[in-house]
Amino acid sequence: MTTVWVPCDAAARAVGADEVAEAFAAAGATVRRNGSRGMLWLEPLVEVETDAGRIGYAAVRPQYAGDILAGNHVDLGVVEDHPWLADQHRVTFTRVGRHEPTDLAAYRSDGGYAGLERALTLDPADVVAEVTTSGLRGRGGAGFPTGIKWETVRKAASDLKFVCCNADEGDSGTFADRMLLEGDPFSLLEGMTIAAYAVGASEGYVYVRSEYPDAIATLRRAIDVARAGGWLGRHIAGREGFTFDLHVRVGAGAYICGEETSMLDSLEGKRGEVRAKPPIPALVGLFSQPTVVNNVLSLATVPMILADGGEAYAALGTGRSRGTQVFQLAGNVKQGGIVEADFGITLRELIEGYGGGTRSGRPLKAAQVGGPLGAYVAGDQLDLPMDYEAFAEAGAMIGHGGIVVFDDTMDAADMARFAMEFCAKESCGKCTPCRIGSVRGVEVIDRIRSAPDADSRHQAFVLLEDLCTTMEKGSLCAMGGLTPMPVRSALRHFPADFAQNPPVDSDKNPPIVHFSSEGSTS
Amino acid sequence: MAGTVPTTESARATTTRELATAGRAQRGPLLPILHAVMAEHGWVSDEDIAVIADVLNLSRADVHGVVSFYHDFRRTPPPAHRVQVCRGEACQAVGAQALYAAAQARFPAGGDVEVGEVFCLGNCALGPSAVLDGTLVGRLTLERLDTAAAGWTA
Repeated sequence: MTTVWVPCDAAARAVGADEVAEAFAAAGATVRRNGSRGMLWLEPLVEVETDAGRIGYAAVRPQYAGDILAGNHVDLGVVEDHPWLADQHRVTFTRVGRHEPTDLAAYRSDGGYAGLERALTLDPADVVAEVTTSGLRGRGGAGFPTGIKWETVRKAASDLKFVCCNADEGDSGTFADRMLLEGDPFSLLEGMTIAAYAVGASEGYVYVRSEYPDAIATLRRAIDVARAGGWLGRHIAGREGFTFDLHVRVGAGAYICGEETSMLDSLEGKRGEVRAKPPIPALVGLFSQPTVVNNVLSLATVPMILADGGEAYAALGTGRSRGTQVFQLAGNVKQGGIVEADFGITLRELIEGYGGGTRSGRPLKAAQVGGPLGAYVAGDQLDLPMDYEAFAEAGAMIGHGGIVVFDDTMDAADMARFAMEFCAKESCGKCTPCRIGSVRGVEVIDRIRSAPDADSRHQAFVLLEDLCTTMEKGSLCAMGGLTPMPVRSALRHFPADFAQNPPVDSDKNPPIVHFSSEGSTS
Repeated sequence: MAGTVPTTESARATTTRELATAGRAQRGPLLPILHAVMAEHGWVSDEDIAVIADVLNLSRADVHGVVSFYHDFRRTPPPAHRVQVCRGEACQAVGAQALYAAAQARFPAGGDVEVGEVFCLGNCALGPSAVLDGTLVGRLTLERLDTAAAGWTA
C-alpha cells in the first residue's frame, strides 16, 4: 500500500490538508501526518513515498487523490531536492516536515537526544560553556547571549530553579515557533532538558499562546510520549538524580505576555504586567526563583550545539551574529514560508530570491522586519545583510526573523497609526508612556493627516517626534519602547503618505490579494 | 467573609467549584482554572469569579482583575457563531482591513454572528486569515466567508 504524507501543520490545515488526508485514506493509501516543510505557498504539499524518495505534489485538492496515486498528476520531484529547500541551511528546522511530530523513534533515529546524551557526560558548567562558545543569541528578538543568561542562573544559589520557554509568538509575520512546536516538538523538550541540567533546574514551563491550539495539542502529546520514554521525569536517560518535568501553560490572548517578565507574572496566575528590571529573571524569576527564560528557537537549537559542539555552530554566520536564523517570509509575498539561512544573507535574497517578490505582482513598497515593533524597511535598503548589528545601525531590527512584505498599495501612515493603535490595545497599562503615549500617538497621526495647513501639520510632526522619544526612553519594556520604531521608519521613508487625508471609508483599504498561483507547481 | 458563603449553590457554581478545586494544587493555578471554566461554560460569570476567589483564597477583585486583563476570558455568553479576523500586519498586507470591514458589514453587531479582531494567528504566509467557529482558515476571501456563513443562517 502506498504511503502518503499530508502535513498536519496549522497552515496546511487552514488551506484544506485535513480534507486531502481523508481523500487519500478513502482512496486506499496509508496516510501519515508530518509537520510542514515550510514551503507554505505549496500547501497542502503532499508527499508520496517511492523508491526514489518522497515525491511532492503541490496545492493538492481532495479530488486529485486518485490521479496522484495512479501517477497521473504533475509532481515536484523529490521534495528534499527542491531547490527552495535544498539551498537553505537547516539547523534548527532540520527535522521539521520529515516525521510524524510525536514519533519518538523517528526523532531518535534522526539525531534526536544525541545532544542531551553528550551533555550528560559533561559538567553543567561545561554545557553552559558550549552554549557560550556557540555564540547563540536569544531568538525571541532581543538577541541576548544565551550562554551568559544560563551562567547567571547556574551560579545563583537556590533549591528551586525553573526553565521557561516563551512560546507566546504574538508578532505578526512570525510563525517559526508554531511550526517547530507542531513539527518537531521533541527538539524543544530536549533543549529545555539540557538547559535544566546545565543550570540545575527541576521544573519547566512552556507558555504557549491560545491562538495556537494545534501547537498546544502536539506539545502536550510530545511531553506525554517523552515522559513515557524516560526522557522527562525522574532519572532522565537513566541518570540517577537528574529530575526534570515540563508543564504546558496556555496564554489568554494578551500580546504583552510575550515579554518575558509579563509572561512570568501570567505563569504565576496574575495579570500579565511587565516587571521593572532589575532584578533580572535569571536571579529573581518565576515565583521569585532563578529562572531561564528562552524563546522556542533558542532552546530548540541547543541540542544541535551540544551534539556537534559550540564551535561548529559558531563557524556559521557573520560578525557577532553567529549560526543560522529561521526567517519567515510573510504578507504579500509570492512564495511565503520558512527560510533558515546563515546570518549575513541579504533581505533581497530572501524577499526577491526565496520569496519571488510580491504575491500581487505589484512593485514592493516596504518590508516590516522583526514584528509589529520592527521598522519598515524601504525598497532601497534590500541589500542590508541580516545581522543584528547591521540592522541596528540602519535603525531597524531583526527581532524574531519575521519579514512582512507590502506592495505599493500600502499606506505607510495607516501602518504607523496601526502601530500606535496596536500598542494602545495591547499595552499592559503599567507604565504611562506606553499606556497613554500610544493613545496620543493615534490622535497625533490623525491630526497630521487632517491638518488644514502646513504650519499645523509641522507642529503635529514635532509633537509626534517628541512623543516617540518619550515612549522610547520612558517605557518599562520593549512594547512602548519600540512602537516608535515602525512609526518613525514609516515617516522617514514615506513622508508623502502622511500628507494625504485619512481614509474616509473602507473602500480605500488595500484590496484583498487573491492567491493567483494556487494550483501551480512553481 | 466566611459568613457570606451560601449554603446552597447553583449547579453552575458547583461545577465551577469542582474545576477550581481540581486545579488548585498546581503552581499559579488561576489561568488554568479560568481556561477550564471557559471550556465548560463558554464565559466567566460573576458567580464563577466569587467561587474561584473562594477556592483560591483570593479576593474577588484579584480574580476580576485577571479576568479583565486577558482578551480570551469573556464576561458574556458566547454568540452562536464567531468570526475572528486577523488584523496583524502580514494579513493587512493582503487585504485584511477590507475583509474585516466587509465582515462587520455582513454581520451587524447584536446578531447571531460576532465579528471580532485578533492579532496574528501564525498563518502569515497564507493570509488573510480568520478563525471561523474555531477553525483556522487561510487565503480567506469574501466568497469563502459567505459560503461558511450560509451554513450558519440556513
